[in-house]
Amino acid sequence: MGDHHHGPAKGIGRWLFTTNHKDIGTMYLWFSFAMFLLGGFFAMVIRAELFQPGMQLVEPAFFNQMTTLHGLIMVFGAIMPSFVGLANWLIPMMIGAPDMALPRMNNWSFWILPPAFLLLASTLFMEGGAPAFGWTFYAPLSTTYAPPSVTFFIFSIHVLGLSSIMGSINIIATVMNMRAPGMTYMKMPLFVWTCLITAFLLVAVMPVLAGAVTMMLMDIHFGTSFFSAAGGGDPVLFQHIFWFFGHPEVYIIILPAFGVVSQIIPAFSRKPLFGYDSMVYATSSIAFLSFIVWAHHMYTVGMPIAGELFFMYATMLIAVPTGVKVFNWITTMWRGALSFETPMLFCLGFLVLFTLGGFTGLMLSIAPADFQYHDSYFVVAHFHYVMVAGAVFSMTAAIYFWLPKWCGRMYNEAMGKTHFWISFIGFNLTFFPQHFVGLAGMPRRIPDYALQFADFNMMSSIGAFIYGASQLLFLYNVIATIVAGEPVSDEKVWDGAEGLEWTVPTPAPYHTFEEPPRVGPGVHAHG
Amino acid sequence: MTTQTSTEYEKYYVPEKSRLAVCATIGLMLSIFGAASIMNDMTFGDPDEQTYSWPIFLFGLFFFMAVLFGWFRTAIKENIAGMNSAQLKKSYVLGMFWFIFSEVMFFFAFFGALFYVRMLAGPWLAGEGEAGRMNGLLWDGFEFAWPMMQTPQEAVGGAAAQPLANNGSYTSAHTSMAFRDAEFWWKWLPLWNTLILLTSSLTCHFAHTGILEGDKKKFNKWLTVTVALGIVFLGLQALEYYEAYAHFGLTLNAGIYGSTFFMLTGFHGFHVLMGMTLLLIQLLRSVMGGHFTADDHFGFEASSWYWHFVDVVWVFLFLFVYIL
Repeated sequence: MGDHHHGPAKGIGRWLFTTNHKDIGTMYLWFSFAMFLLGGFFAMVIRAELFQPGMQLVEPAFFNQMTTLHGLIMVFGAIMPSFVGLANWLIPMMIGAPDMALPRMNNWSFWILPPAFLLLASTLFMEGGAPAFGWTFYAPLSTTYAPPSVTFFIFSIHVLGLSSIMGSINIIATVMNMRAPGMTYMKMPLFVWTCLITAFLLVAVMPVLAGAVTMMLMDIHFGTSFFSAAGGGDPVLFQHIFWFFGHPEVYIIILPAFGVVSQIIPAFSRKPLFGYDSMVYATSSIAFLSFIVWAHHMYTVGMPIAGELFFMYATMLIAVPTGVKVFNWITTMWRGALSFETPMLFCLGFLVLFTLGGFTGLMLSIAPADFQYHDSYFVVAHFHYVMVAGAVFSMTAAIYFWLPKWCGRMYNEAMGKTHFWISFIGFNLTFFPQHFVGLAGMPRRIPDYALQFADFNMMSSIGAFIYGASQLLFLYNVIATIVAGEPVSDEKVWDGAEGLEWTVPTPAPYHTFEEPPRVGPGVHAHG
Repeated sequence: MTTQTSTEYEKYYVPEKSRLAVCATIGLMLSIFGAASIMNDMTFGDPDEQTYSWPIFLFGLFFFMAVLFGWFRTAIKENIAGMNSAQLKKSYVLGMFWFIFSEVMFFFAFFGALFYVRMLAGPWLAGEGEAGRMNGLLWDGFEFAWPMMQTPQEAVGGAAAQPLANNGSYTSAHTSMAFRDAEFWWKWLPLWNTLILLTSSLTCHFAHTGILEGDKKKFNKWLTVTVALGIVFLGLQALEYYEAYAHFGLTLNAGIYGSTFFMLTGFHGFHVLMGMTLLLIQLLRSVMGGHFTADDHFGFEASSWYWHFVDVVWVFLFLFVYIL
């Protein structure tokens, strides 16, 4: 046993061997940003090819590899690890714990990620090319017709699942077991709540994904017939299993984003969150409903009418708790002393654009209408409104909000606001026109398109380049802050911020809450 | 907001920096890379080409196992040194509980596949209902039965006659492991396996009561019986697979019945092997290391939960794979 009051170790060993939740959180965040840039680069290739109709830059087969890897890397490499990183940094500080519950396993769940993505990315250089069957890897495209690299893809998915399960078990054990005295469940900051519920979802569905890819592996190499009708199986079975994982997955991505927004909007409204209890119940309801709506991704697959109706109504129900959340965020701002620093701007961008994405989701949930929208650019526009303007915007807001607390330096506000407005304009320029081309019939995942879609596609591509470039500004701002930002020493970096993480010194010391704080009975720890 | 520091508090042990995670990563990734390469050599590779897949896999696996061994040894040493507070022990309990829950969900995927095929996809393939319209075009003459004795491919005259893309040939089983194919109940292996596994859960519980009473002799005795029963189960399972392949024509290639049968029982068997190994390690710790007391025996407790979980999965397997 050593002395726990010392600072971090020196050199590369600090990062390789660390058990510190802040170090591990930092590694997750930088890794996810690297993946965000890589997945973004693939998106730029896609948009460059679609800049004009006809084939310009890449082969159709390579285009398919780009769409596949873009989706996989953004979902599993960028968004999910970024929230795990945030959870690592913040949960112990928010609930008054000395660290995560299982620190060595915490380090392991991070360190298996980079080699798993290296393995996934290396498929680009393998014979037959990278997987080209879309991030949803439907059988038989991913079995009978897959390139040999699919085997490496399957095993990298296994490792990602292992990482997620271990990370989630750690979050669950931390939240259930490590809360400071007096920190009851209904006093936890909403971000902790959303992380806890997300972790439950992950532990429940990641093994199902592992089952799905295992069946693929067996079908490809060992002669089973899970997804082959010739042997009595069914390719549609793959879709059911995949979306049983896949639909909770989209809430795994968005629930922590809800948590972030629920921390930031009260801080810049200088008011407690409106309807805290209902936020907790709404989050739980969304998590529950996410398990019984999966087949709304499969309306056109030939399900019996009773199935279509069940999944349609269940899906529409999700609008109710989601509406509660949007209502509460708006009501939190009502008559608040609002100010519009960069984190707040990103949260407001989230609020407007995520709601828009929610509405298009409601349109897609209507089974007979979906027959028209299915697999069109309308769907692409819909899920980028919730994935980018939802998850990525809130993540960006979180970085601007907590970065000064973490490193004790303030970012450049003017640059932050510029980043927001360029992102906001670039994002909408990219994805708003995709609603129109989608409704007009442009299918997704194609390298070429009919002439009448040319103008909107060119707008989309220009918007994507603008949005992509604005992320480099973000990267510069973050590095400049860490290296040479203006020092801040206030414990509360933001005057309206509430919660235990704002009671420790700024920058947050290497070890916090080695002695747990006591949260008094009248105190609202969540602000 | 006002906070004050509590006075009476047992410190939560946060381990110092550790090489375990990085070493485990190296082992895991090597074994996974090796395993994937082995499979690709088998399916897509040139049989004359010399590859290093097996050595990479075996080295990775060995390395991984060694790291895991060291990892558990470290955790046990910390516990013996008294570094684990009651709160830390609860973290281990929660970790084990949610790990088992994730295992339940893994089996859920395979049971889901079984139910979907039996209740929905199978009848549709045979032409039932609206969804069965394609039967006449693709699988004319296929009739659905469970166990599936004739695959749709065979119904249309084999792989060569299959109308659409062909990804393998599926030769049907001529009999199954269900009771209707056993002549006498006492010759029916799955029943014996059920009795053995249920008994082993009971003996595992006896071992638990033994350690709770502080009776190490009783603990060691019943734990030995449990491990022995686990080994017998695995032996019978191996015998069953031999019978299936050698005499029943029931193989992984035997269509969806063979797929679900072998994947469900196979993954279960693998979990029995893991659970049995866990219990065996606890037995060795108890006999050779003198570990475990009446109030400190989490290593055994966690392994026993795993064992009971494996047992419950078998009950469902027995019901849905063999009987119904």
